[in-house]
Amino acid sequence: MENGFFHHALTIREDICTGCSLCMRACPTEALRISDGKARLIEDRCVDCGECFRRCPVNAIIIEQDDFSRIFDYKHRVALVPAVLHGQFRHEVSMAEISTVLKSMGFTWVYEVEHGAEILKPAIEDIMNVRTLPRPLISTYCPAVVRLIQVKFPALIKNLATLKAPLEMAAFYCRRVLRDRGAHNAEIGVFYVTPCASKIAAVKSPVGEESTPITGVINMDFIYNRINRTLRNKGELPRSEDHEYTVDPDTLIWSLTNGEASCVDGRTLAIDGINNVTEFLEQLENEEITGVDYLELRACDEGCAGGVLLSSNRFLVAERLRNKARNLQPQDNTSATKDIPDISAYHGYLLNKVRITDEIKTRSMYRLSGDRDEAMRMMKRSRRLMCWLPGIDCGLCGAPSCQSLAEDIVRHRGDISSCVFIRETNMEKELMDRDRSAGIMKRIWGDNNFTKNCNKKGAENESN
Amino acid sequence: MSFEYKVTGGDFTHAGYASSQVKKMLKQLGVDSTIIKRVVVCLYEAEVNIVAHAYSGTINITLDSEIIAMTLADSGPGITDIDLAMQKGYSTASPEVREMGFGAGMGLPNINANADTLAITSEPGTGTTLEITINLNSPAA
Repeated sequence: MENGFFHHALTIREDICTGCSLCMRACPTEALRISDGKARLIEDRCVDCGECFRRCPVNAIIIEQDDFSRIFDYKHRVALVPAVLHGQFRHEVSMAEISTVLKSMGFTWVYEVEHGAEILKPAIEDIMNVRTLPRPLISTYCPAVVRLIQVKFPALIKNLATLKAPLEMAAFYCRRVLRDRGAHNAEIGVFYVTPCASKIAAVKSPVGEESTPITGVINMDFIYNRINRTLRNKGELPRSEDHEYTVDPDTLIWSLTNGEASCVDGRTLAIDGINNVTEFLEQLENEEITGVDYLELRACDEGCAGGVLLSSNRFLVAERLRNKARNLQPQDNTSATKDIPDISAYHGYLLNKVRITDEIKTRSMYRLSGDRDEAMRMMKRSRRLMCWLPGIDCGLCGAPSCQSLAEDIVRHRGDISSCVFIRETNMEKELMDRDRSAGIMKRIWGDNNFTKNCNKKGAENESN
Repeated sequence: MSFEYKVTGGDFTHAGYASSQVKKMLKQLGVDSTIIKRVVVCLYEAEVNIVAHAYSGTINITLDSEIIAMTLADSGPGITDIDLAMQKGYSTASPEVREMGFGAGMGLPNINANADTLAITSEPGTGTTLEITINLNSPAA
């Protein structure tokens, strides 16, 4: 299968990875294997959901971000900030204060991503009125979900509501405002403070789109730490005459579970958590589920409040934002944008840009071969192998399940003697000696796991 | 290749297992997703028919690179008037079954619409056998 189709924001640091295999067991698309005592990514299967990042006990998985100093390549430096950043701080911390810290870091304009959802509301209404489109339409808001559908549920690609995210709308708006005030496009840098890896991957290689209005990404944990440090050092964040939320209450919670679905007419469902999403799509693909008009699907539990780059508890983040939205009057305070036309002034311009025009392509992770007869032979072989593998998914072969080992073998990416049960059987029949078997085990798990190490997690002299 | 799956009458909780398994195999073979959908709809509808109406049943599937043949044989009440059962909206499902969202009388017509060939044989009081085939290469039903 082709590698390099998706850009991935997730990288495994070999020098840190202990090959513990927790990531391999957590991956919803079976995209990880262990060899030489390290986790390895099968790139064309990864959907950037970040479950491996979440699970890694030694922080060996890193999420790439742009070098922060890159923002200074631009005269106009826009920070696009999602509401969940603010939701991580206690109630007294205002968006205005957060905005001030970001400006002290070098940004010239701090803009809330959720403004972009103002454009999505009518855009979704429009696309829902296209009677020829299948039902349910599936939101393309979460890039990990779009990628999951591409690799696992190709039949549902036609159900994707081909709309860009609020993020892109906010970025187009900021660029347009600055251009209208005399800036050149090349002078404008739009940086997204991202809550997750999949948004990075989507910015770097947008699905079905050639170009993106977003210049770069900054990981949210980096910004969170900077704000927190300022907060701890000074006891409070610097006051500013900068703005408080101008986002409408219903768009403020757009990124939370049911935030988007509750703004859409008809029978809508909101599902969060990548395994829940997978289970639902499985049934939807079988046509076991019918009569739903619109689906909001989010890879993370609690939506973006559960993003892998958030530092606070997802339930508290969601609670804070919901409370904030409840106490917010529509268009509560527009003082900050008094000299800048707000996003509704560019309604028509942005609605023209909201559709994803290029085709979203299928990339099935299941397909064994492009040639049907060859695929058939491979499938038969893999099923014959399954007759011998124990079916207990112990993972000792370095693959997450017996079936994935069998499929790896027929794809020439695995070896039957990786299975400890097969080796034991062969040793019993004196077809393999113990040294060879031990060698295979070391080849998979690395030499380190066979020597005493008192520094490991949970051991006598734990140290990292 | 051939596979066999047992179906228990009344067990809606586990209905759909066979179609999920078959779906994965067809994806591995790189079968067009519109054809996969037709196979899955036929199989799922037929499986639910057994669960809803019969006492027990067996699904036999044979698969090669050209064609999938699915035989679903059940022990159950059988169908007295097959022509009538093939009409949209006709159903003998119990109110309990309908309450669960099944039994809208779309099962057999839906299978017929999605299959390349469909043969139904039934003996009232004994059971029903459905033989469904779908060509894995042709784009249309």
